[in-house]
Amino acid sequence: MAKITYITHENEKHTIEVQNGLTVMEGAVQNNIPGIDADCGGGMACATCHVYVKEDWFNKLPKKEDGEDDMLDMAFEPKTNSRLSCQIIVSDEIDGLEVNIPSKQA
Amino acid sequence: MNKTDALIIGAGPTGLFTAHQLKLIGLDCEIVDNLDKIGGQCIELYPDKPIYDIPAVPECTGEELTNNLISQLKPFDIKFHLSERVEEVKKEDTNWLVKTSSGNTFLTPNVIIAGGVGSFEPRKFAPKECEQYENKSLFYSVKDKNIFKGKTVSIFGGGDSALDWAIELSKNCKINLIHRRDEFRGAQATVDKMQELVKSGKINLFTKYQMANAHGEQKLESIDIKHDNNEIKNLKSDYVLGFFGLIMQLGPIANWGLNLNKKTIEVDTERFETNQKGIYAVGDICSYPGKLKLILSGFHEGALAARACFKLARPNEKYRFEFTTTSTNLLKRLGKKE
Repeated sequence: MAKITYITHENEKHTIEVQNGLTVMEGAVQNNIPGIDADCGGGMACATCHVYVKEDWFNKLPKKEDGEDDMLDMAFEPKTNSRLSCQIIVSDEIDGLEVNIPSKQA
Repeated sequence: MNKTDALIIGAGPTGLFTAHQLKLIGLDCEIVDNLDKIGGQCIELYPDKPIYDIPAVPECTGEELTNNLISQLKPFDIKFHLSERVEEVKKEDTNWLVKTSSGNTFLTPNVIIAGGVGSFEPRKFAPKECEQYENKSLFYSVKDKNIFKGKTVSIFGGGDSALDWAIELSKNCKINLIHRRDEFRGAQATVDKMQELVKSGKINLFTKYQMANAHGEQKLESIDIKHDNNEIKNLKSDYVLGFFGLIMQLGPIANWGLNLNKKTIEVDTERFETNQKGIYAVGDICSYPGKLKLILSGFHEGALAARACFKLARPNEKYRFEFTTTSTNLLKRLGKKE
């Protein structure tokens, strides 16, 4: 279990307890957090579960796998701290993670 | 006006197999798709990526799966309407009147939506200033490359489309190529070619930059690009091309009076019918308790929706279940028996 805080573009904070093994994307979708579309369902094929991760957390998360940056090229307003939330797997280690949701997914 | 027993919206794997099932049970069908080619997400998103969970097909790419489905349709005569988006679906007595973006109309008792997550549209630039130049000096695809001759063209993106056009247009245009990071996802040979042209001064390359703003009264005059470190550069540009791939948009489907759940359409699991009689949804776009977004689920859903269509298309006939291994009827339709 990990507490994940999703911060919308309007600066609303939603803190959710997400089960280990789910992805940060699934945590958002299952709890109806607005702003994460996840059109492809977690397949790293659409870049509509794009989030920004604060620098300190960004470096603590497991590194991006091949292909994630390719998809991020297509995301709406990608930044150096962009991630696809479907590629961040929840574990005790990421308890307290905060992610910012972009103004739009596309 | 085209009259048909069933109109399928979407030529992805689910739409294709649904067409197979309709034809097999003796119904006519036509298929409309917004893309210019058959295959849907399989061909647009992962033509080269292997798929491992199609029953009895241990491994195949999106393109192979599409080609196999197309060859499975060979015995049948099915009309495809590509590069057309269905705009309107309206009730007309017991039929549905369907209009496409190219002005084609269909009259049919059955509409099967096999639309994936909607239609593919180009992903656009983030700054809203870009909008006013769209289709005038700013494009997301190239229709006529001759308009760029002798001009300054700023191309954005890191994939094959961006690289191919940068290379091609560098023959007779001044090219700025702008990408958000140092790595390119295009084919290595294309990346090498582009790097050569950068060295010989034919292409100006700006990496770790993104579009920040666009300027110009009537016509586009220049753009601002912003580095990861927030530095801004102004580039004189007559034209801008953006290649960020495609995104799926539900589009007009949202206006057809269907019960929607987020971006999916609610259906029953017997006929895969929506809240509107004679409109079905199959594949990724439908939702019901336990729905799995797998290609194999789409096949099952399409097979059942096709049987449901029979009732409305042939109200005076009774559908009889048959196997392709033994039924003379089916074998005739498949062209395996005289």
